Amino acid sequence: MLLALILALGGTMFLQKAFTPKLGLDLAGGTTVTLSPVTQNNASPPEEILDRAVNIIRDRVNGTGISDAEVAKSGDNIIISIPGVGQNEAIKLVATTAELRFRQVLAVAATQAPQNLATNAPTPSGSPSGSASPSAGTSTSPTAQPSKQPSTKPSTQQSITTPSASPTGKALSSALTAPTPAASTPAQDGNGKQQTGQDGKNQEQGGKKGQEAKASPTAKATPSGQPSTPPAQEPNAGIDTTGIDPAVLQQFNKLDCSNPANRGQGVQDDPKKQYAACETDGSYKYVLDVAKVVGTDIDTASAGVRQGTTEWVVQLDFKSKGAGEWGKLTTAAYNSPEPRNMVAVVLDGVVITAPVIQGPIPGGRAEITGGFDQVSATNLADQLKYGALPLKFNRSSVDTVSSTLGQDQLQGGLIAGIIGLGLVVLYCLLYYRGLGIVAVLSLVVATILTYTAVVVLGHNAGFRLSLPHIIGLVVSIGITADSFIVYFERIRDEMKEGRRTLRAAVEVAWVRARRTILIADAVMFIAAIVLYFLAVGGVAGFAFAMGLTTLIDIVVVFLFTKPFIALLAKLKFFAKGHPLSGLDAERMSDTASTGRTTTPQEA
Amino acid sequence: MGLARRLYRGEIDVDFVGKWRLWYSLSGLLLVVSLAGLLINGLNLGVEFKGGTIFSFKAGQTSVQEVRQSVLDEGVHQVIVQQAGTDGWRATTESLSEETRAEVQSAISKDFNVPVDQVSIQAIGPSWGGEVSQKAWIGLGVFMLAIILYLSMAFEPKMALAAIVALVHDLVITAGIYAWSGFEVTPATLLGFLTILGYSLYDAVVVFDMIKEVTAKLGHTSKQTYSMAANNALNHTLIRSLNTSLVAILPVAAILFIGTTVLGAGTLKDLSLSLFVGMIVGTYSSLCVATPLLVTLKEREPKYQAIARRLASTGGGGKGSKGSKSAAVAKG
Repeated sequence: MLLALILALGGTMFLQKAFTPKLGLDLAGGTTVTLSPVTQNNASPPEEILDRAVNIIRDRVNGTGISDAEVAKSGDNIIISIPGVGQNEAIKLVATTAELRFRQVLAVAATQAPQNLATNAPTPSGSPSGSASPSAGTSTSPTAQPSKQPSTKPSTQQSITTPSASPTGKALSSALTAPTPAASTPAQDGNGKQQTGQDGKNQEQGGKKGQEAKASPTAKATPSGQPSTPPAQEPNAGIDTTGIDPAVLQQFNKLDCSNPANRGQGVQDDPKKQYAACETDGSYKYVLDVAKVVGTDIDTASAGVRQGTTEWVVQLDFKSKGAGEWGKLTTAAYNSPEPRNMVAVVLDGVVITAPVIQGPIPGGRAEITGGFDQVSATNLADQLKYGALPLKFNRSSVDTVSSTLGQDQLQGGLIAGIIGLGLVVLYCLLYYRGLGIVAVLSLVVATILTYTAVVVLGHNAGFRLSLPHIIGLVVSIGITADSFIVYFERIRDEMKEGRRTLRAAVEVAWVRARRTILIADAVMFIAAIVLYFLAVGGVAGFAFAMGLTTLIDIVVVFLFTKPFIALLAKLKFFAKGHPLSGLDAERMSDTASTGRTTTPQEA
Repeated sequence: MGLARRLYRGEIDVDFVGKWRLWYSLSGLLLVVSLAGLLINGLNLGVEFKGGTIFSFKAGQTSVQEVRQSVLDEGVHQVIVQQAGTDGWRATTESLSEETRAEVQSAISKDFNVPVDQVSIQAIGPSWGGEVSQKAWIGLGVFMLAIILYLSMAFEPKMALAAIVALVHDLVITAGIYAWSGFEVTPATLLGFLTILGYSLYDAVVVFDMIKEVTAKLGHTSKQTYSMAANNALNHTLIRSLNTSLVAILPVAAILFIGTTVLGAGTLKDLSLSLFVGMIVGTYSSLCVATPLLVTLKEREPKYQAIARRLASTGGGGKGSKGSKSAAVAKG
């Protein structure tokens, strides 16, 4: 069974051609940043908010093009591991607070990304203009839908007022509507009051908008119709530049959203200034107005299925102050020509969605609809919730380890391990002689198991060997050896009592030693678990190593040491108590008689 | 027979339990001295607890003064330079801004002819240490609770109590040694402290397991008091305790040696030092504190008091809970 375990781990190693453990940054060189959330009274931030922050930071780090970086949660902290050195930019980026803002769209353009053409192809056919035609239809989905948008079937109810969205392809999936969508939907639930007043009007407006949209499509089509030309060539074609800060316009023109590194993830956009931004997936770029409403104005957000339908929507509630601003913003947007009838939701510097406003939304309640599925609706709701309570972080530690220092630490740890192991082996052999060989072999088996486990965990579970792990492993040598010592001493006790042969003693002693070993290992394991879950930084790694070796210890003692000793007990060398066996008469001394008496001690 | 031989043959019979007065006073004294040290000297907290920046690099021919000057030239106010190992250097400064950090890094790189990316930087915010120690306290509390529960179930509440008292004893004395010696306390040291908990208990558990086994036989007709039986058990496991402690301390000593001589200051040294000190204290306490304490608690139980009285009146059992030479002889 033990053999099977070793073979399984070893086999995995061979199959994956992975023979060395993955090293942590303190050994391989790199930067580790620990971010601690700053909250009132040091309370723990809600789990979901923290998770969201982890996602945002991961997006940022990935956005900078660093490969192999890891972002992970550790208790309330977020730990970012960036291999290699000289990533100061990335380090600066990770600690800023991600904030959410609502900004009216002033201009929009599709990204011409040659490499994206195949998939993200709203353009070549020039179809966007066509899609702007619907006046009331249900089939407004742009013909050339970007295939990555999950919701190619346009939600019927929004389509009536979203022609403007279709040219850009992006808003197709989300229209920010008045409490209920403007028209034609079966969804007359909830919020009836607001909606009844607006229904008819919206119908009308919808029609009007369609026309507006028709008027502008030429403009829209221009940028999108020339996929191969760089955006700078005809920068402002079709863009109504009135009211746009020239500097921002220039930024907008230069902005190339096709490259993830340029998308501005993590940029701290000043809410008081206009801002040029990219859509999260890089498919569109926008000029956005100053932020009239910000994330902290949000009270709550939630995803749910609209009553009576299977359609996923995102509900958004504003706090009282935000509600007023929100009403003003939506009114302004609603009364503007497309594309300025959209309000972009900007999170952490990038546009996560830019729905069309289908009517002024007073009362602080809004609903975003349009082709969501459960995942995308929940995702958006989470993002909005995060925006309501953005987490500030402290960079509580930044640890950059150069590759040479890492190497030194690794070497030091390994040398210490070898010396430690050597000393233990030496001691076992001197003290236990023949039995010492059992101890040494057991240690060898434990070492092999540990090594393969570390390698396999490294390649399959992202386990990275770091300095605390190595120390934990070295320290655990003692614990592993102790199990043998407990067992050996028990055997000798049994032998001393003189009533048993070695073979019988091995079995009786085992029963007693087993209990002691299990209880003692349980204590170590409890310690490891407590440390692991309550620890910060390297402590968790140390605890993990301790827990791992405790388990391996049990495996080795049960499956190797015990059977091996039972086997040896059949050999004459041990059974007859050869002087070198560690079970010799001298060792057992004059204890053959029952009722052991001892010489009184001079204390 | 020499002591070594007696040890090897397991023929020792030290009256640990009977000398409880000695151990209690010794431990009491150590505790008082340790607490005094903590109050008077306090712990020498590392930069991790105060916030600051550490630059480490390797450079052959230079001196503390040169490194110091190089760092101070960049507008740093406080700097402590340590040599780490043969050619490693460690400069600890106050908390620095991002810009200053980069400046110091490039200054070191220029002055000592080290590639910029070979200058390691560790920057710790002022709140970090507080967080680490807060977590450590919580960890300590949860751990003790878990252990008390577990030991109460596996053994009995009095054993759990004795084990926990021994544990606190170890922690306080280890902290006292740190306070008096002025060794730097870093998060790695705390980690070591927490590990000692596991270790100290591990040892006590093995001893208690034996005591439980031996004392289970005690009854109306037994010739042993609880003290004698416990002492007997302790001596039984003495070899194991010593062997185990030695085997555990050997690798730690190896890390301490490597950490101090080759690498100089750092995680390896801090962790192994606290383990080293803690394990020695832990070995002492599991023999001389945990068991006598358990005996003191148990001898109060009517059942064991009765045995002690009976043996005292017949004169067969020596001096009751204090144990004695004759008690040792009498064990069966």
